[in-house]
Amino acid sequence: MCAQMYYRGKMFGFVHLYNGQEAVSTGFIKLLKKEDSVVSTYRDHVHALSKGVPARAVMSELFGKTTGCCRGQGGSMHMFSKEHNLLGGFAFIGEGIPVATGAAFTSKYRREVLKEADCDHVTLAFFGDGTCNNGQFFECLNMAALWKLPIVFVVENNLWAIGMSHLRATSDPQIYKKGPAFGMPGIHVNGMDVLKVRAVAQTAIARARSGEGPTLVECETYRFRGHSLADPDELRDPAEKAHYAARDPITALKKYLIENNLATEVELKAIDKKIEEVVEDAVEFADESPHPTRSQLLENVFADPKGFGIGPDGRYRCEDPKFTEGTAQV
Amino acid sequence: MTVREALNSALDEEMSADPKVFLMGEEVGEYQGAYKISKGLLDKYGPERVLDTPITEAGFTGIGVGAAYYGLRPIVEFMTFNFAMQAIDHIINSAAKSNYMSAGQMNVPIVFRGPNGAAAGVGAQHSHCYAAWYGSCPGLKVLTPYSSEDARGLLKAAIRDPDPVIFLENELLYGESFPVSAEALDSSFCLPIGKAKIEREGRDVTITAFSKMVGHSLKAAEILEKEGISAEVINLRSIRPLDRATINASVQKTNRLVTVEEGFPQHGVGAEICATIVEDSFGYLDAPVERIAGADVPMPYAANLERMAVPQVEDIVRAAKRVCHRSVPLAAAA
Repeated sequence: MCAQMYYRGKMFGFVHLYNGQEAVSTGFIKLLKKEDSVVSTYRDHVHALSKGVPARAVMSELFGKTTGCCRGQGGSMHMFSKEHNLLGGFAFIGEGIPVATGAAFTSKYRREVLKEADCDHVTLAFFGDGTCNNGQFFECLNMAALWKLPIVFVVENNLWAIGMSHLRATSDPQIYKKGPAFGMPGIHVNGMDVLKVRAVAQTAIARARSGEGPTLVECETYRFRGHSLADPDELRDPAEKAHYAARDPITALKKYLIENNLATEVELKAIDKKIEEVVEDAVEFADESPHPTRSQLLENVFADPKGFGIGPDGRYRCEDPKFTEGTAQV
Repeated sequence: MTVREALNSALDEEMSADPKVFLMGEEVGEYQGAYKISKGLLDKYGPERVLDTPITEAGFTGIGVGAAYYGLRPIVEFMTFNFAMQAIDHIINSAAKSNYMSAGQMNVPIVFRGPNGAAAGVGAQHSHCYAAWYGSCPGLKVLTPYSSEDARGLLKAAIRDPDPVIFLENELLYGESFPVSAEALDSSFCLPIGKAKIEREGRDVTITAFSKMVGHSLKAAEILEKEGISAEVINLRSIRPLDRATINASVQKTNRLVTVEEGFPQHGVGAEICATIVEDSFGYLDAPVERIAGADVPMPYAANLERMAVPQVEDIVRAAKRVCHRSVPLAAAA
């Protein structure tokens, strides 16, 4: 649906779809409490949905409307939700990892320094295979293990960083091995199987919550579409794509549920229909939502808008009620 | 009180007042601070609030930002702002822009502080001035204290501020002593962000400066006084937001302007002030604006070359005279 909307011009810029990787997001995030936090990359729509951000808010944000979760100011790559503790949405790979480590640091600080005894919040940092060669990743593995922070580093290894194959970019492609080098467990899991991911996630999250420190989890997964909607996706071998398409996590779960008599075809079709309705509703809502007003351009730059300085009349600019209606001159 | 003592007392008082304030950086704890600014704080507040970090600017700056997202109030010390370049992605992209990208959900009450600009003989990679770099970025507040009173008042204001603040100190000023009023010693003392201070009033020429150059400008003003030129010296205190109102009011009074900064000339603070004057006070100028800046070269090591690469008092005096008497500019005379 996002792709359709993009090609119809409702969405623009960079949009990175998550098709094929759903098992990782669901397997991990559905185990979290509302107070736990998630930090993601630009491929963050599904992490937002899993964490509880309403579909309408996500779709509106993608359309750049004022009813979006960030009032249209963030966009596809920068989804934030204070209520659901989704801390972004970062475009630079690796950027989210230190921020996630900081959130985990805060959880520990609140318990030990601010004496909030029940603060055992866990943070999940999601990032890809390309990020695992980035300096910030190693810096944070070190500090998280050093300070025993309540964090799980979740690698969504989909084997490709835009057009750069993981094998061409990495000296030792087995990412989970990097965990023990820094003093934390490193686990590899089949990221196309949501139940396997969930089992591993349970252990890692429990470990963090009990104060034993971080874990590095490598989820072997695959994105069915290109890196972004602008990616012609010419470099990936069709045989590889077919191999992973056959392991579609949603289809696999459907099969599992039916074979184990946990749900019937009819029930699953009803869920499918419900999802379609939610998506259609979200698109309709986003379409009908208003664009941001002109005055929104200058809003939210600062929490304390005195940062805009003093105007020619000697008063702080933000104290002028007409401040946000101005032109670039303001 | 020395600037060092002023900064130390400000950190101490703010950490004492709010348990959410903590300090992190290289050597801030057991070493008592690379420049001894955080002396005594580890003993007083413990290793959970005064964190010695590994040498990982990008990592620990990002950690500070993540903590700030949750309402802790980190003070991230960079041994010098040159090293902050390793972390500049976090300063700009995850700190400065987050309140905007999240439409007000994620404000970032963080302070990035450390020495900025030239020191003595430390070479090209340790002498860069970043005032213009951070001054151009929306979402940041950028402060440049000069005296001990500035250091105390502005640092306390920065720590209490709900937005990311870049606090550019100067290594050579740490040991300088300034008189401080009783009011400045009070624990609730704060200076407003965005207001410049007129250090010395004058009638004939306005000299704007920040950080160490304020001292040079005041000395230049004394020399000029003896030669019959009354200079008004403005201590900018705040690079972003820039106090355009004070600068313009001053130029509208004196009709002449000399901007002084230590950093590189192109796209510098002086260039911005010049543009401001042209926009708001063009008709008041009796002479073109003179820009005094550091030489447009990476900082040399040799002592005599370094002296030539950084503005000296004589350069400011010469520029003020040029702007007052319209004598031939140095470059044209060469």
